[in-house]
Amino acid sequence: MPTATYAEASRQAIAEEMRRDPMVWAVGEDLGRGGVFGQYKGLVEEFGPERIADAPISEACIMGAAVGAAMMGTRPIVELRFSDFALCAIDELVNQAAKARFMFGGQGRVPLVVREPIGMWRSSAAQHSQSLEGWYTHIPGLVVIAPATPADNKGLLKSAIRCDDPVVYMEHKNLWSLEGDIPAGDQLVEIGKARTARPGKDLTIVAWSAMLQTSLAAAEALASQGIEAEVLDLRSLWPWDKPAVLASVEKTGRLIIAHEAVRVGGFGAEIAATVAETLHKRLAAPVCRLGAPRAPIAYAPGLEDQVRVTSAMIVAAAEKLHRA
Amino acid sequence: MEIRLAAGAPRDPAPRETQRNLDVERFVRLYRDMLRIRTFEEAALKGLEEKLVLGAIHPSIGQEAVAVGVCGNLMPSDILLSTHRGHGHTIAKGADTLAMMRELFGREGGTCHGKGGSMHIADFKVGMLGANGVVGANIVIAVGAAHAIRLKKGREIVTCIFGDGAINRGPFLEGLNWAGVWRLPVLFVCEDNGFAATTRTHAMTAGGGPATRAESIGIPATTVDGNDLVAVDTTARRLIDEIRAGEGPRFLLCKTYRLTGHTGADAAGYRPAEEVKSAWKNDPIARMKDLLLVAGAGDSTLSAAERSARSEIDAAFETAKASPHPPLSRAFADVQDIGDPQREAF
Repeated sequence: MPTATYAEASRQAIAEEMRRDPMVWAVGEDLGRGGVFGQYKGLVEEFGPERIADAPISEACIMGAAVGAAMMGTRPIVELRFSDFALCAIDELVNQAAKARFMFGGQGRVPLVVREPIGMWRSSAAQHSQSLEGWYTHIPGLVVIAPATPADNKGLLKSAIRCDDPVVYMEHKNLWSLEGDIPAGDQLVEIGKARTARPGKDLTIVAWSAMLQTSLAAAEALASQGIEAEVLDLRSLWPWDKPAVLASVEKTGRLIIAHEAVRVGGFGAEIAATVAETLHKRLAAPVCRLGAPRAPIAYAPGLEDQVRVTSAMIVAAAEKLHRA
Repeated sequence: MEIRLAAGAPRDPAPRETQRNLDVERFVRLYRDMLRIRTFEEAALKGLEEKLVLGAIHPSIGQEAVAVGVCGNLMPSDILLSTHRGHGHTIAKGADTLAMMRELFGREGGTCHGKGGSMHIADFKVGMLGANGVVGANIVIAVGAAHAIRLKKGREIVTCIFGDGAINRGPFLEGLNWAGVWRLPVLFVCEDNGFAATTRTHAMTAGGGPATRAESIGIPATTVDGNDLVAVDTTARRLIDEIRAGEGPRFLLCKTYRLTGHTGADAAGYRPAEEVKSAWKNDPIARMKDLLLVAGAGDSTLSAAERSARSEIDAAFETAKASPHPPLSRAFADVQDIGDPQREAF
């Protein structure tokens, strides 16, 4: 099976979709030079500057223009560089993109993908490190995706581009260089379906994005103690694969949700509440949420690490649940 | 306090040249469109009083010449983006007044099935891609629509109408710059009624105002008396021709006056009565009527236009009032294709 990095996988997805559909185009800052992380490398040479469009540093206009272009029947891929910068375009995403189809009574659709890279990336500090994926799950009209592997970054991005509704597509900056297998051919990954990244019977760990790798490392450590953790990669946060999570917890009776985002009001709370509402009698231990403290992310490595959820923390939480 | 609006200005008699060359047939049609807008707005206010209109409405009474003068020069396939004060623009672009009235009343058969109301009126089939509840938000959407036209190698243009309050928002700078960089086919129309909500715009605006700002970005700007239908029409046509010829975006500043309050519920007590009284003397509809009479349109022709506008809107009002409310399932329609909104609550 061919391999590619997480960044290259996304580049392949865009190139394939742009070849397939002339209405697909991308817009954002620095795209003509391959994008800030090289995820658009070589595309302007193949598709030209009208379809790989350089934009001024005008996030509101990048996002708003994409809404107008999408309502006109094109399929823009919006590059916002860092999810932190997407906050400059929040009206355009939340008040316009997410609502246009509904408030205009279905006269138009807004088929756009907004790429907002998330997550800690060594010493990027408070304005370039956030994980805000939970916010967008709260907004009716938006699809929210956070891929964890190169294969998913290709298959989910292709599905997102073909989706007729606005998709917030959140890649993790620390994963750009991650290598992995990429299935050959036109492989789509269905939006809203979780993946069992590691089967197990003793407890369930739900994660997404870079926290998947952390969770898999924890599961490996737990296995050496005889605890078999099942790791679910949620992949899509909205819609999220409730049946897969419930089925796993039904089997294991124990649940840890681990995310890099701030724990308070994070998406882990939604999952925890749903499991508690549905499976409280089956639970052998209280549901456990692991997330960041409610503090901005610092620059100095030692300080930055203070807000990081680690595999050791997941292991400790799992041991506690196992004893319960 | 400085009053720099057309409001207090004496009504100039139209130049003889204008009177002689006036295309009477065309301007009777446009005159009738202004009346349709005026009558629609009056009916909407009546609907508010009778609690048929439930949310806020922002009447455009006094600003009809801008809507008609600009939109009268657009093709049906051209695209329009409007504001919260968008009824007039929407009517002038060709939307059906019954569907609009139903929308205001929140009824089935409304342009948006009663889901948008006044501030989100849209009629995609006549190229009207939406009023907008957020000031200035339509500017960036408009440049994207123009970008799509270019990608599709279309020949349409995009018209984006916004108020003077919008020029102090970031999307004004971002959108105009974008259109300038890409030389997109966009007509920006600043409908300057002197007020940003209930605050005098000039008191909150540094520098030379809308046209100066557009020029500073390199977009040619033209200023007209927005209560002079002939001036708006002639200037808009010239700018639209230039845009269609591929010359890039153009900016039209129309100086007008909002004769009612900011919303249907705003008594606008912050304006001296004298100012409003003198603004009524500058009513664009009365001005056009005077001009048409001088140019030879008969009384009976103008009365027929008035009657036809009145009967259209009266019928729209009564039919909308008798129209059913939308089925409750519409509350969950057109949210998104994936995921079930109802399953996730209650």
